[in-house]
Amino acid sequence: MSDEVRGTTRAGAGPLLLGVRHHGPGSARAVRAALEAGLPRAVLIEGPPEADALVELAADEAMRPPVALLAHVVDEPGRSAFWPLAEFSPEWVAIRWAADAGVPVRFMDLPAAHSLAQQETEDAAAGEPGEPGAAGDAGAVRIDPLAVLAETAGYDDPERWWEDVVEHRGGGEDVFAPFEALGEAMAALREEYGTGGHDRDLVREAYMRIQVRAAQREFGADDVAVVCGAWHVPALRRKTTVAADRALLKGLPKAKVDMTWVPWTHRRLSRASGYGAGIASPGWYGHLFSAPDRPVERWLTKVARLLRDEDRLVSSAHVIEAVRLADTLAAMRGRPLPGLTETTDAIRAVMCEGSDVPLSLVHDKLVVGDVLGEVPDSAPAVPLQRDLTRLQRKLRLKPEAAERELELDLRKETDAGRSRLLHRLRLLGIGWGEPAASRGSTGTFRETWRLRWQPELSVRVAEAGVWGTTVVAAATARAESDAIGAGALADVTALAERCLLAELPDALPVVMRVLADRAALDADVGHLAQALPALVRSLRYGDVRGTDTAALGEVAVGLAERVFVGLPPACAGLDQDAALGMRGHVDAVHQAVGLLGDLGTGSGGSAGKAGSAGASSGGAAARAGAAGSVGAGMRDRWYSVLRVLGERDSVAGVVRGRCVRILLDGGELAEGEAARFMGLALSRGTEPAEAAAWIEGFVGGGSGGGMLLVHDERLLGLVDDWLSGVSDAAFTDVLPLLRRAFSAYEPGVRRTLGELVRRGPAAGGASSAVTGGIPGFGTELDAERADAVLPVLGLLLGVGVEGGADSGSGARAGVGARASDGRGDGNELVGVGR
Amino acid sequence: MTVSVDSTTSTTENQSAPVSTSAPASAAAPAGEAEALRPHAEHAFAAELAALAAQDDRPRPARWRLSPWAVATYLLGGTLPDGTVISPKYVGPRRIVEVAVTTLATDRALLLLGVPGTAKTWVSEHLAAAVSGDSTLLVQGTAGTPEEAIRYGWNYAQLLAHGPSRDALVPSPVMRAMADGMTARVEELTRIPADVQDTLITILSEKTLPIPELGQEVQAVRGFNLIATANNRDRGVNDLSSALRRRFNTVVLPLPETAEAEVEIVSRRVDQIGRSLDLPSGPEGIDEIRRVVTVFRELRDGVTADGRTKVKSPSGTLSTAEAISVVTNGLALAAHFGDGVLRPGDVAAGILGAVVRDPAADRVIWQEYLEAVVRERDGWKDFYRACREVSA
Repeated sequence: MSDEVRGTTRAGAGPLLLGVRHHGPGSARAVRAALEAGLPRAVLIEGPPEADALVELAADEAMRPPVALLAHVVDEPGRSAFWPLAEFSPEWVAIRWAADAGVPVRFMDLPAAHSLAQQETEDAAAGEPGEPGAAGDAGAVRIDPLAVLAETAGYDDPERWWEDVVEHRGGGEDVFAPFEALGEAMAALREEYGTGGHDRDLVREAYMRIQVRAAQREFGADDVAVVCGAWHVPALRRKTTVAADRALLKGLPKAKVDMTWVPWTHRRLSRASGYGAGIASPGWYGHLFSAPDRPVERWLTKVARLLRDEDRLVSSAHVIEAVRLADTLAAMRGRPLPGLTETTDAIRAVMCEGSDVPLSLVHDKLVVGDVLGEVPDSAPAVPLQRDLTRLQRKLRLKPEAAERELELDLRKETDAGRSRLLHRLRLLGIGWGEPAASRGSTGTFRETWRLRWQPELSVRVAEAGVWGTTVVAAATARAESDAIGAGALADVTALAERCLLAELPDALPVVMRVLADRAALDADVGHLAQALPALVRSLRYGDVRGTDTAALGEVAVGLAERVFVGLPPACAGLDQDAALGMRGHVDAVHQAVGLLGDLGTGSGGSAGKAGSAGASSGGAAARAGAAGSVGAGMRDRWYSVLRVLGERDSVAGVVRGRCVRILLDGGELAEGEAARFMGLALSRGTEPAEAAAWIEGFVGGGSGGGMLLVHDERLLGLVDDWLSGVSDAAFTDVLPLLRRAFSAYEPGVRRTLGELVRRGPAAGGASSAVTGGIPGFGTELDAERADAVLPVLGLLLGVGVEGGADSGSGARAGVGARASDGRGDGNELVGVGR
Repeated sequence: MTVSVDSTTSTTENQSAPVSTSAPASAAAPAGEAEALRPHAEHAFAAELAALAAQDDRPRPARWRLSPWAVATYLLGGTLPDGTVISPKYVGPRRIVEVAVTTLATDRALLLLGVPGTAKTWVSEHLAAAVSGDSTLLVQGTAGTPEEAIRYGWNYAQLLAHGPSRDALVPSPVMRAMADGMTARVEELTRIPADVQDTLITILSEKTLPIPELGQEVQAVRGFNLIATANNRDRGVNDLSSALRRRFNTVVLPLPETAEAEVEIVSRRVDQIGRSLDLPSGPEGIDEIRRVVTVFRELRDGVTADGRTKVKSPSGTLSTAEAISVVTNGLALAAHFGDGVLRPGDVAAGILGAVVRDPAADRVIWQEYLEAVVRERDGWKDFYRACREVSA
């Protein structure tokens, strides 16, 4: 009808310029109508001409949008650019129309060879080939042409303006009119703003003009259709000389570039993924494009189905009311049709009871959508595979089908690289190598892998291509995504460990943030206590590999703080099993805090367990003075938590006993305080079972408690007194607990204890009569025995030793001083006994 | 005004407490509306409503005083073509008001949800005033609200003397609204017992109210609608049946969006209350107010203001209204027992009381917050110390 008339009248007006918005269903529909009406003999599309060879693939049955054209520099897969196309993209519609009509398609934008090379010379991702790939428009004073138009029309949101004016236009009377109107508007804009900061556009547009001219020569001046961003239309219409255009193109840098199609997702089309020309609602646009009629009704029905699948009560009546509300809202806001905002408001008020929680589901599943594109197998290999091949060559690690073992020494550069590659591949789900237990050395610098390349791993590599173009980038993206999706706190800590092993520093911040968030929201102290040791371990491991672990340390400290706060309430009212579990947590946290303190102070040498490292008398003060840092402060807080636990009656005996023991070992208890604690716990008022549990906590298990009892007779005396005071009936109850506590001792310790008990309290004076000296030792120096040590000591220290009792005692004093300097590492038993 | 009628309360009480002006609504005596302690919205803003009605040329639904667009303008404020300035009644997202007004226009009932102190009643009153010109058709929901309050009651003297008739019937506000095509309001819907709530179902779905005693019914006239408010924190009290809930479009009134807006609201209210209590307040107080608002917002949102650290949320609502009361309380403390300047110590106890509602769980949350967030923050040392003192 009028279309034909129009079609003939526009003949002679030069190429058919179809200015579009890159991902707009309305534009896509308009383009199809215009192509069907104009019947051009060739279609030119804004995109890299290197893709001309790949365009037939678009007609392949197995090709399903969303897909993207991917260009990358041959030797450097990390440098790449994407041109995503969705089902509702005008460019895609044009490609498909041309394929059906048997009309050649050409891409006419500046070749990716130039744009990628330019990108390098301009040294940043700030400027990419064009809107389709422009990832970050940072800095430049670019204007958004649509925003200006929308503002002129009195809209606050350009997206909405575009929807009202273009996307929501019903079946048009004149298929070319919208393009002309838009072209004029853009011409006015460009007169006003020039290139709007898109200076590279001039070059691109020059190239486009040359391409259009060439196509016109080949197919006829009027028989060429051009589909490009509306912004470029005025430039393409401008009459310039060929010479001027060529001059602009002179001396462009060039890189060797490969192109392929890769599957894309709706999620990555959305603006939230950082894609510059992205749209807020790919799913909604897809719906608008594919719905044959009544888009709002269909959309709300879709939403209702989704909510019903999630077990929300949504009836047809709800849908009816939602449609009515959306219509009325649109009328009130003066819009021709309900848009996404209206339907969303209606869904919230009618179907979700005003709550945003189910609404976020709708947004995630429908407005953005889960659509994943497909690419036929005949598409060229993805760059990830190339990168992998390159790395394999570089690291001399051939993919072989036969299984073999590989020993790696991480101190060597190549081996470290191999380890990293294998760890990264494992993160990506490409199970080429499996870690195996090392034979022989157990050092942290050694790794053993079992390698086997199975054919299906190539498929995995292709699948992993969606994560990135290089192994590093893909593994990083995958780790980040895994972290966000991880279920339990422990999963995230494990992931953090793997990130360190695979050396993915860029993924760490995300993993750490997720970790901190999870830790903040996890109310179970047990989970936190479990996560802490792993984290501290990876912190140490990171240290070994020289990775920057500052962020990790911060998170670990935060986690420890949360444990400190949450531990006391969590220890109340536990049954026996839970109490044992909690005791394990206390131990784990204690070790972790010790390590964390060491790492914090940066003193690599004294990485020994904080367990039995108490300096003699002024130990605590000396330590505070020497360290005076995060680590020390944290250790002090930990001890105060332990003290609270040890003193609180509602805490299970086994936990209390353990806390007192740790405090004692740490040199945190004043003279006689341990005995006071024990006396309290073992006094008559306490239930025998509870007291036995306390004993188990205090001296039980493999914690070296036997030696403690052997050397501190006062404590042994307390235990002895209590045990002989337990009534017959209660004795049978506490026996299993005591057996469990004492049976773990070494035979020698058990025998000594038995002897001590048989000898009775008389030996060495009454338990209360221990004077200022060290328990278990005589009060006087045994000069003879002390002298006997001197020759060996002299040998060790490399100094000559003169004989004589005088110098002997002098040397001994020196040894004492050394011991307290070295924070008691040399004489642990003395430290324990105080 | 209150003294003349109030003979029941003891005289000592009347003398000692000048604050207790909350005597029963004996002021309903026709003393003139200008004198009322709190005039109805349609009277207080009569001029704005008239100006809007005069300028409004958009289509109006049956029996509406204004078009939906004009109602939205009335609530959100704006300037009319002739220069009349409409003051904003509700400060918040435009979307919410638009959805609410549109809901009334589609003859669906409107349910306003929100935590205490989010202006639910205020919005509902102004909506009724703008749509129907009358905000007094009100049923206050309580645990003891009877069915008669929603349907109709009987004038028993009439009933005994003349038998059942329309004359002996005492219509409820809802019934009157149905007959006249007006907007009825139900406050605190979820506090009403479930069986009484359900009497609304027929009214909202069939738009009719049967009177079996007379064999008659009252049919709703076009223009009738109903606005209910409910507190979404105590949904469990008498949760709506799904049959009833389906009759409502729900709009949740949010807490203030930005910290600045909330500080503004809090300081303005505190100022008003403080003046009525004769409390002095210096400009130094604004820092403390900002701190209280920050603490409340962070705990409420479960994330620190810089968006870096997550924190657990306690069981209390921590609404703006509570922030106001914490600050007022602190002011009183500072004025009567301190040096008149609001200090961290004055608000710490109040904050603790607002945050720790459940002594077991909330205390841990609060301490975690103190240790993980407050302790590290620059310039919060005093506050941290004060909080440690009161929570120890």
